[in-house]
Amino acid sequence: MITLTNNILTVEQLKKYFFTYQGIVKAVDRISFSVEEGETFGLVGESGSGKSTVAYTVVGMYRPTEGKIVYRGKDISQESKKRPHTLKKEIQIAFQDPGTSLNPAMNIKQILELPLKVHNISKNHKDCIDKIKELLKMVQLPVSYMYKYPSMIGGGEKQMVAIARALATNPSFVLLDEPTSALDVSVQAKIINMLIRFQKEFSLSYLFITHDLSLMRNVASRVAIMYLGKICEIAPTSEFFKNPLHPYTQMLLSSISVISDEEEALKPRKIISTGEIPSPVNVPPGCSFHLRCPKKMDICSQEDPVMVEVSKEHTVRCHLYTK
Amino acid sequence: MNFMPNPLLEIKDLHVWFKVFEGILKVLDGVNFTVQPGEKVGLVGEMGCGKTTTMKAIMRLLPMPPAIIPKGEILFKGKDILKMGQVKLRQIRKKEISMIFQDPTAALNPVFTVGTQLQDAVRFAEKSGKNTEKEDIRTRAIQVLKEVSLPDPERVLQNYPIQLSGGMRQRVCISMALVSTNELLIADEPGTSLDVTIKDQILRLLKELGEKRDTSIILISHALGAVRGMTDRLYVMYAGSMVEVAKTKDLFAHPLHPYSQGLLAATPRLTGGGIGEGIDGRIPEYINPPKGCRFHPRCKDAMPVCKDKKPPFFKVDENHEVACFLFQNCR
Repeated sequence: MITLTNNILTVEQLKKYFFTYQGIVKAVDRISFSVEEGETFGLVGESGSGKSTVAYTVVGMYRPTEGKIVYRGKDISQESKKRPHTLKKEIQIAFQDPGTSLNPAMNIKQILELPLKVHNISKNHKDCIDKIKELLKMVQLPVSYMYKYPSMIGGGEKQMVAIARALATNPSFVLLDEPTSALDVSVQAKIINMLIRFQKEFSLSYLFITHDLSLMRNVASRVAIMYLGKICEIAPTSEFFKNPLHPYTQMLLSSISVISDEEEALKPRKIISTGEIPSPVNVPPGCSFHLRCPKKMDICSQEDPVMVEVSKEHTVRCHLYTK
Repeated sequence: MNFMPNPLLEIKDLHVWFKVFEGILKVLDGVNFTVQPGEKVGLVGEMGCGKTTTMKAIMRLLPMPPAIIPKGEILFKGKDILKMGQVKLRQIRKKEISMIFQDPTAALNPVFTVGTQLQDAVRFAEKSGKNTEKEDIRTRAIQVLKEVSLPDPERVLQNYPIQLSGGMRQRVCISMALVSTNELLIADEPGTSLDVTIKDQILRLLKELGEKRDTSIILISHALGAVRGMTDRLYVMYAGSMVEVAKTKDLFAHPLHPYSQGLLAATPRLTGGGIGEGIDGRIPEYINPPKGCRFHPRCKDAMPVCKDKKPPFFKVDENHEVACFLFQNCR
């Protein structure tokens, strides 16, 4: 997998376990995927499926229990502290809730100044102020916002500041951890369009995490579905929505509420969502989805299926497709 | 539909203000809203546009010192809820209207078991308060839990809310709202804090229960998709007043108000093809709201008249009304 040259990030057999009094939480369990240079790779799953843990591990907030994270040919599976300074500049993250990811005691200028100072991007004070103004202009916020505090501005604007902060260091890879899930649709549309524009302008690669499949349809070039720490299905976006294979994917797609009849026609019928995601402490044996699966077979409760490639670039982890 | 003789609930020109340190927040600015018996009505709008405030006003749950209601009527079966005494109000909350809140975690008390809380609700709803036998109350509690298809209701009764998952908690909240036979059920974003698959289950459950019991439902949501399959009629709300009302199908097919159009365009679609540009700006400050139509600073089609006069509802056809001067000739 590493031999492919145009991959900016390759994750191989990544494991992240948390050891708690209740038992081992297998938040991420042997997942592999790769993000190509300049693409938006989507990661979808319900809450508790381990999407954010993947992001935090890639960015270095957690140390992987096992497995490899390769960034542009370099192994970066060490802890954040041991990562080289330049690497931190390259990989940035925007968090889900802008209300908590911005320091309420700092004003916007101080927030945007910090990455510039840490990475020695601006030479002097004036340069720094200019750069901050430029950043604010880039995300279409008035320059007068520099001396406002996060609590004084709206949720959408906070997220814009968070994105500006992530882009301050000129990264090439940005992790977007549900950047718009706390926002209204009209604001979400603005932010998403802005992100798409930045991607073209600065040739960024995104790892886009969300639980909203209809949003994913419009931003990602490839999509991976996660369930209980494992990836069920990876496919290019158009193929994925035309021909969903894994029963869980079908269930997810059938549960989306849509706003037009054309979309209704795309949803797989006759699959009705049942049950809930089990606790990651007691993962069911065999395929972790078998308790909710409408197409369950005997083998599902005994053996964990492996990833099989069904068609080009479309892989699925389900016993239905092993032969 | 608006001219049917006896609506179940009718809100007329409701204003709700909040007194705060900086002045007066004029949140609701003349809300008009009707629900017919047995009808499922949707209410969509962005955060902070006053959806929940309207519903809390119906239930008289607004904290009254900061909140003031300078104008308006809320008629439930012809009687004004705002003028009711405590005894009558209790009767209404007990038998006629109940509400499901947005966040099930916050709606349940964490220090009591589900059983305690649910049985309290049952005891409150039963007419003969003290005389009801303990066993009867318990049976009724188990029965409502079964109705919302919770597995193993006996165990759930002994659990604390924290021991249940989000979906289960929301089911408990729904069952609590269902203990008395109600005529109006207000569901305030019942699936927003839940995952898609669970949300789908909850919405389906509400739909089934609504059909089975023939209750009227007001479904509030900030996502347009959620109300599409569930409701007959849909209101769109912006900054404290209704801007458009129509049959749900018509509204999705031909949205007329620039705000509704913007909302629909901004919603990501499964068919792909990118997302609309969204609407510039944000909901106005309620301390000093824009004069005239509150949407005019964000509106692409704003005309001079929008700046000084608040548009009334213009009737476009039988069931479709829109509060925008673009359609003033349609009346």
